Amino acid sequence: MLSMQNLNKVYRTHLVETHALREFSIHVDEGEFVAVTGPSGSGKTTFMNIAGLLEEHSGGLYQLDGVEVSGLSDRRRSAMRNEKLGFIFQGFNLIPDLNLFDNVDVPLRYRGFGGGERRRRIERALEQVGLSSRARHFPAELSGGQQQRVAIARALAGEPRILLADEPTGNLDSTMARAVMEILEGINASGTTIIMVTHDPELAARASRNVHIIDGQVTDLRGTFAGSDIGIPATA
Amino acid sequence: MNRYYFWLAARSLKGSPWLSGLMVLAIALGIGTFMTSYAIFHAMSGNPIPHKSHQLFNVRLDNWSPEEAFAEPNEPPSQMTYRDARYLAEAGAARHQTAMFRVGMAVQPHNPDIKPLRTFGRMTYSDFFAMFEPPFLHGGPWTRQDDRGRGAVTVISRDLNDRVFGGDNSVGRKLRLDGADYTVVGVLDTFDPLPRYYDVVNNGPFAEGDDFYLPFTLNDRLELRPNGNNSCWSDPAEDSYQGYLDSECVWVALWVQLDSPAQRRDYQAFIDNYVGEQKRLGRFPRPLNNRLDDVMSWLRVQRVVDDDTHIQLGLSFAFLLVCLLNTVGLMLAKFLRRAGEVSVRRALGASRGQIFRQYLTESALLGAAGALLGLGLASLGLAVARRLSPDMDMLTRLDPGLALFALAVSVTAALLAGLYPTWRACAIAPASQLKTQ
Repeated sequence: MLSMQNLNKVYRTHLVETHALREFSIHVDEGEFVAVTGPSGSGKTTFMNIAGLLEEHSGGLYQLDGVEVSGLSDRRRSAMRNEKLGFIFQGFNLIPDLNLFDNVDVPLRYRGFGGGERRRRIERALEQVGLSSRARHFPAELSGGQQQRVAIARALAGEPRILLADEPTGNLDSTMARAVMEILEGINASGTTIIMVTHDPELAARASRNVHIIDGQVTDLRGTFAGSDIGIPATA
Repeated sequence: MNRYYFWLAARSLKGSPWLSGLMVLAIALGIGTFMTSYAIFHAMSGNPIPHKSHQLFNVRLDNWSPEEAFAEPNEPPSQMTYRDARYLAEAGAARHQTAMFRVGMAVQPHNPDIKPLRTFGRMTYSDFFAMFEPPFLHGGPWTRQDDRGRGAVTVISRDLNDRVFGGDNSVGRKLRLDGADYTVVGVLDTFDPLPRYYDVVNNGPFAEGDDFYLPFTLNDRLELRPNGNNSCWSDPAEDSYQGYLDSECVWVALWVQLDSPAQRRDYQAFIDNYVGEQKRLGRFPRPLNNRLDDVMSWLRVQRVVDDDTHIQLGLSFAFLLVCLLNTVGLMLAKFLRRAGEVSVRRALGASRGQIFRQYLTESALLGAAGALLGLGLASLGLAVARRLSPDMDMLTRLDPGLALFALAVSVTAALLAGLYPTWRACAIAPASQLKTQ
């Protein structure tokens, strides 16, 4: 489903080079729920950005759903993002000028679906997160937990193969965080692969596999996932 | 997708009414100022008879003083002498030709309820109507037979027909001019070529048209003086009307219709031969310098669009550029403020091209709104110009073509103004914004 081998990411300025990822390798199978942990600045977000095709890597191989993404055009990368990936961010990242219906509609517009198909998907996604009655509300009228549920609905509407969640509960209290986590578990149970960055060990423990990143390298693996072939080096 | 971009653009403009209003106002001020100047320039520089402007030629012969040219650089006089014009008009060397000069006469209506009117008309040949194609409301032109026979006939304007005959079909009725009756053979419909190319020298290119037209040959007995420019480089030999007609004073215009380059070459040879003969008789002391100018060339020679108009247009264009620069700044502020939204859209699958189109659509919508307001301002500007100078009435009209042009200029200008801000918006690295949202 997602495979990175000896991936490097270097940020360069005219004064300094920063290695955000070094010889980074990971393989995620379809249907897995992977929790990515690590201290601040370890490279978790860089990994998520590269996995989500939001940034290009400096070296190494990255295959997404069997396609080597290096050198793909912006248009092709955007289409892959739209069709195969869903994003959930710590800050929700809803568009404040659009109501919930129109927020969930955004990725479907870029997919080119017709009006009927979009409406059907939006209504189903909002229903899945329990917000169908508030479709015409604006993000500012919702609590943080509700906004994150809208972001989940937006990610789900396109029926992605992989859901990338970057600290999805980071801005929520524990009750709301648990509710969001339950939704994510439900989504994973229906077959969607999830990769989630988190600082919360309790949430990480609920994932089927843990990946720990320090200094841009995968350093540790915990957890189990029946039948998966985990080919990740312990320490580079 | 385009409808989606349009919908997003409309929402965005509505969402920030003050900033959007400022941008629309900046574009509108630029467009309004530019269109006010351009409407006047357009009216001045337009082709008044596009389908045959290259077939109609003004004829000039250089009979001027041997000491100096009529105008620099070595321009022949703008009109010609009565005897030259009369000879060339009646020689029949072109398909159509007409000599003409403007006169003022009093109309004395047969209806005692209508007071006498001071009117202005044109002594010309019947070919005038075939060449310049004024539209007829009733009747038609007089005939060449009337030209030869000095027929007491006239063609009158719609306005004069309204004033003297109450708008009835007056063909066949008598019009009394300076104490003599003339039979009306035709009534023209509104005839306002812009500029009035066939008489830019006397009446002015943007002045009112003629009230009546009479056969040129009637002047044999009317002995009229022109109501227009009259230039002489030497005094008439004798102090009589015949002496005036035989003098080197120039006050008659000559136009010919030449349908092909070959006809033009032949006619040029014809007038050169004519002047050659006259030189042998002691006239035309200057070197051969005869000119045939088609309509647009004639308007350029006569500087119908003067330097002031060009300067005014240039300044208004510069002002439009200043307004657009302001708009660029405002758009940059607006678009970059939405960097977060761009990042989210990119993460959700929008390509750079799609973001580019979305923001350009917003720029175009701003341009269209600016055009509408700008047209309002231009109408106001033209109304002020009309109020300040009633003579400019014909020049200060905004027709649908100009309105469409304003829309095109405004949208293009807004798109150009939006290019840099849009490019900057598209260049935003999505990952850098998503974490900080």
